[in-house]
Amino acid sequence: MKRIPLAAMIGLLFTGLYFFCAIFAAWIAPYGMGEVVGDSWAEWSWAHPLGTDSIGRDLLSRMIWGGQTTIFIAAAATIVSFTLGSVLGFIAAVSGGWIDQLLSRFVDLMMSIPSLISALVVLSVMPVTLPVLILVMGLLDATRVFRLARAVAVDITVMDYVEAARLRGEKLGWIIFREILPNALSPLVAEMGLRFIFAVLFISTLSFLGLGIQPPLADWGGIVKENKEGIVYGIPAALIPAFAIATLAISVNLVADWVLNRTSSLKGGRSG
Amino acid sequence: MTIHPIIKLVAQRIALGLLLLLAVSVLIFAATQILPGDVAQSILGQAATPETLANLREELGLNKPAVTRYFDWLFGLLQGDLGTALSNGQDIATSMGKRLGNTLFLAACAAAVAVPLAILLGLIAVRYRNRWPDKAISTVTLATISVPEFLVGYIVVYFLSVQFRLLPSLATVNDDMSLGERLFAISLPVLVLVLAVLGHMMRMTRAAILNVLESAYVETAELKGLSPFRVIARHALPNAIAPVVNVVMLNMAYLVVGVVVVEVVFVYPGMGQYLVDHVAKRDVPVVQACGLVFAAIYIGLNIAADVISILANPRLRHPK
Repeated sequence: MKRIPLAAMIGLLFTGLYFFCAIFAAWIAPYGMGEVVGDSWAEWSWAHPLGTDSIGRDLLSRMIWGGQTTIFIAAAATIVSFTLGSVLGFIAAVSGGWIDQLLSRFVDLMMSIPSLISALVVLSVMPVTLPVLILVMGLLDATRVFRLARAVAVDITVMDYVEAARLRGEKLGWIIFREILPNALSPLVAEMGLRFIFAVLFISTLSFLGLGIQPPLADWGGIVKENKEGIVYGIPAALIPAFAIATLAISVNLVADWVLNRTSSLKGGRSG
Repeated sequence: MTIHPIIKLVAQRIALGLLLLLAVSVLIFAATQILPGDVAQSILGQAATPETLANLREELGLNKPAVTRYFDWLFGLLQGDLGTALSNGQDIATSMGKRLGNTLFLAACAAAVAVPLAILLGLIAVRYRNRWPDKAISTVTLATISVPEFLVGYIVVYFLSVQFRLLPSLATVNDDMSLGERLFAISLPVLVLVLAVLGHMMRMTRAAILNVLESAYVETAELKGLSPFRVIARHALPNAIAPVVNVVMLNMAYLVVGVVVVEVVFVYPGMGQYLVDHVAKRDVPVVQACGLVFAAIYIGLNIAADVISILANPRLRHPK
C-alpha cells in the first residue's frame, strides 16, 4: 500500500477524532448534557475550557454531546439516502424502460423543490422526532444519490460482463449487488463523504431554525440557537460550533478526495 | 408558416416548466395532507379534545375528499387567493405581498454584488491559474462553502457589528426608510448571502472558462499575439456565456433558499421568516403557500437559465 498523503492524513486524524468523541461522549465529556455547573457565559478557564453557555452549562461538554447527536443523525440519514438512492438508481439503470422513466421523472420533480423548503413543508405536519428527521433528510438526499448511482450504473450495464450475467439468466438482485455495485463503489464512497457533510449542515440549519433536534438534547445547530443572544454582548459561545462544523467538513472532504483518487487509480482511472 | 425553431424550443421549455409547477403543487399539497397522522391532530397536539378536533377538521375542510380540497386550493391560487392563516385568520396573500418584496429586494442586492464579483474573480483565477492569486481565491472560497450560512451570519455579526461596530446587526426595515438607509440596514445579510454563493459561482465560472480555453481558436488567438486578458475577454468569454449563465442562475436559485436562513439570523421581515414562524406554529395553509412561492421562483430561475443558454447558442439562433 502506498503512503497516505499528508492532506488525507490530516483529514483522517480529525475525522477520526470527531467520531471518537461522538461515540465515547459519555466517557469523555467532563459534565452531563444538561448539568448546570456555573454562571451563564463564564469566561474560558481550566475548569471550563470553552466557558459556559446561556444557562451555565459547560460548553465543552455540550459540544461533545452535541457532536454525538449531530454526527449520529447525519450518519443515519446518509445511510438511509445511500441505501435507498443507490438501490433505486441501479434498478432504474438495469431495468430501463418505464421503470427508469417513472423513477427518474419523480426524482426530477422532487429536486425541483429546494430541499430546505421540502423539509419545512413536511415538518410542518409531522411530529419533530429523531426517526422523522432521519427519514425526511434521508429521503430528500436520496434523490441526489439516485442521480449519481444511475449515471454510474448506466455506463456499467453496457459492459460485456453484465451482458454475460444477463445471458446466464442471473436475477436483478445478482446483477445489482454482484456485478454493478463493486464497480460503482468508488465514486459512491467519495459522494458519501459529501452527502454526510451536507447532512451535518442540513441538520444544524434545521436545529438552528428550531425545527430540528429538540431540547433537552444538545446539537451543534441548537448550541448556536441557545447562545445567539450572547453575540451582541461580544460573547463568542455561539461561534464554537462554526469551528467544529467547518473542520469536520474540510477533513471529511480531504478523506473523500483521497478515497476517490486511490480507488480510481487502482482501476486505471476508469471510474473517476 | 414556419415558426423559428428557437421560439419553438423556448415555448417548449416554458410549457414544461408550467407543467412541472403543477406537479410540484400536487406534491406540496400531498405532502401536507396524505402523510400519516391528521393535520388537525398535529396542529392541536396534546391539547386536542374530540370537540376541538371536529371543529378544526370542519374549518380546514378535512371532511371533504383530498382531491376536492386540492382543486379548491388550486383554483383559489389561480385567482390569487392563497387562503387564510390558521393562527391569526389573516389573508395570506396580503401578509405575504410586502414580505415577498422585501425578500426579492434582499436577494437582488446580493445578486447584484455577487454575480459581477464572481465572474471577475473567476477571470482573475483563470488568468493566473495555478499561481498564487488562483490558489488564494480557491482557498478562501472553499472556506466560505464549508460553513453554513447562519454561522457565517453570526461570525460577521460578531466581528463587524460587535467588535468593530461598523454595521447594524439587525436588518430592521420599514416603509419610512430611504433607499440608502435600507441598503445600510441590509448590508450584513447581503454580505452573508454573497459569501454563500460566491464560492460555487466563482469555481464553476473558472471551470467553464478553462474548458473553453483548451479549444483551437483560443490557441490561434494566443499564437497571433493577443494579450492574455484580451484572449479571455474577446474569445473565451463569449463562448463561455451559456455555461456561466447556467452557473449564475443555479446560484440565484440557491440564493432564494439561503435567504430563508439569513432572514432568521438578521430578523429581516421577509418570506423566510414568515415561513419558519408558521412551520413552528403548524399553520399548514401558510406553509403550503410559501412552499409553492419558493418552488415557483426556483423553477422560474431554472427555466430562465435554460432559455438564456438556448438564446446564447448561435447554432440554434441561426439554423441552416
